[in-house]
Amino acid sequence: MEFSIYDFTSFTKSLDKLLNENMSSFWATSIEMLLIGVGILAFYALVGLFLVYAERKVCAFIQNRVGPNRVGPYGIIQTIADLFKLLMKELIPIKNADKLLFNIAPFIVIIASFLAIAAIPFAKGLHAIDFNIGIFYVIAVSSMGVIGVLLAGWSSNNKYSLIGAMRSGAQIVSYELSVGLSLITMVIFAGSMQFSVIVEAQRDGWFLFRGHIPAIIAFVVYLIACTAETNRGPFDLAEAESELTAGYHVEYSGIKFAFFFLAEYMNMFIVASIAATVFLGGWMPLHVGGFSGFNHVMDFIPPFFWYIGKTFFIIFIMMLFKWTFPRLRIDQLLTLEWKYLLPINLVNVVLMALIVLNGWHF
Amino acid sequence: MNSGIKLKKTKREMFKLFIFLSIIMLLAAIMVVVSKSPVSSIIHLIIAFLAMAGHFILLNAQFLAIAHIIVYTGAIMVLFLFVIMLLNLNKENEPHKTLTTKLAAVISGGLLFLVLLASLKGVNAIKPLNKFDSSIGLIKVLGNELFTKFIFPFEISSILFLSAMVGAVLLAKKN
Repeated sequence: MEFSIYDFTSFTKSLDKLLNENMSSFWATSIEMLLIGVGILAFYALVGLFLVYAERKVCAFIQNRVGPNRVGPYGIIQTIADLFKLLMKELIPIKNADKLLFNIAPFIVIIASFLAIAAIPFAKGLHAIDFNIGIFYVIAVSSMGVIGVLLAGWSSNNKYSLIGAMRSGAQIVSYELSVGLSLITMVIFAGSMQFSVIVEAQRDGWFLFRGHIPAIIAFVVYLIACTAETNRGPFDLAEAESELTAGYHVEYSGIKFAFFFLAEYMNMFIVASIAATVFLGGWMPLHVGGFSGFNHVMDFIPPFFWYIGKTFFIIFIMMLFKWTFPRLRIDQLLTLEWKYLLPINLVNVVLMALIVLNGWHF
Repeated sequence: MNSGIKLKKTKREMFKLFIFLSIIMLLAAIMVVVSKSPVSSIIHLIIAFLAMAGHFILLNAQFLAIAHIIVYTGAIMVLFLFVIMLLNLNKENEPHKTLTTKLAAVISGGLLFLVLLASLKGVNAIKPLNKFDSSIGLIKVLGNELFTKFIFPFEISSILFLSAMVGAVLLAKKN
């Protein structure tokens, strides 16, 4: 095995064996679930905090500013200070709001993104769940976040939040199709929906290069559609500040607002890491078929760093989108999806099937 | 012998899970009918659908479970939420039904229940034709079945979807 030093499979297997030898299978499973849950939670919070900082720095870079630079070196602790500020803030109860729905809506959004993160392979063997419908599962659970958004907008009993929720719902439901279809294009190429199989198939070259034309089309469509699906600029008209104040979360304050904020950034992280896994080989190092010396040097960089590097590269592209393009109107947004992206995607699926059948790929 | 005991134990645990999911599903389904606000009915319906997906997973039908979540909770329930939020349902404009309508509804509902109960009486006689195959719900097996044995109904249903799509576009078109 080439990756024996960085392989987590033996570690997780031995942990599982240790737990199962010392206690009944029920408790062993429960403890494993707890460990995974706590691990993902810590990762989630850490990445969320870092992404907020990164966004502010990238935004400042584009607007020729310095960005946060007071709290800690280069302002790196700024988001933690902001988090404490949000924790201290008063939670304002809304009159005439549906109390229960108003309170559970942020959690639905958070849970949907939390479920999606479980299927993502971080490194070999570092994988909460790996089943044969991995991509399909991620599409399914991420489509549940829109329920939280709609409920938040409706239960706030505010016209701005209702309009924001409606826009956001229409946007997410329509762009989901493009995300799903561009991923299905790659599923046809890979011949599997299982993330571990997809990553393993990219050992000799990432799918973006091996699948050439249809893969590149799918990648571009996926980038556009997933930027829209995460409600980020230039598709952020669900929370357009100039017309809707803040959209569906206008009535939320303090930590509940922070939940929506965190979920938005984590959704961006999830879509970026799926793009990295499906198109750019996930944790697989950059390999060029034939150059064994070069491949060997690349193997020395741990897979986790490859994964994080690719993911943050895609996140950086998405941040550039947000700070360079002007916001779309709602009709332009829907025209882009239904009249351009969806037909392109449907043709692309056929093209990919043709290429796979004839073996015109690398 | 050891594996036999283990199998029995797994079966018992599966049964416990089945009971747990069924209770959640039934409670949620009852709440759908009972709850006053239509939005909370929808939330309970979503819970019921998720419990149903759990049942599919118990049968190792992972693809069906996820398809169920995508189609029902992801698409149809979101559509329901949209419609109910836009309808602006209040207590005032709820239609009032007369006593005779209510009585007729109760009687017809009871009759339907009776028919269902009567049809359940002979259910013991039904035996599964072939033994349960745990790999039937996996995506590879399902795809092979759909594209070989059931290719005709599959294509017919896709034509149905296509015509629904074309119809929606025609309806939305001005003039």
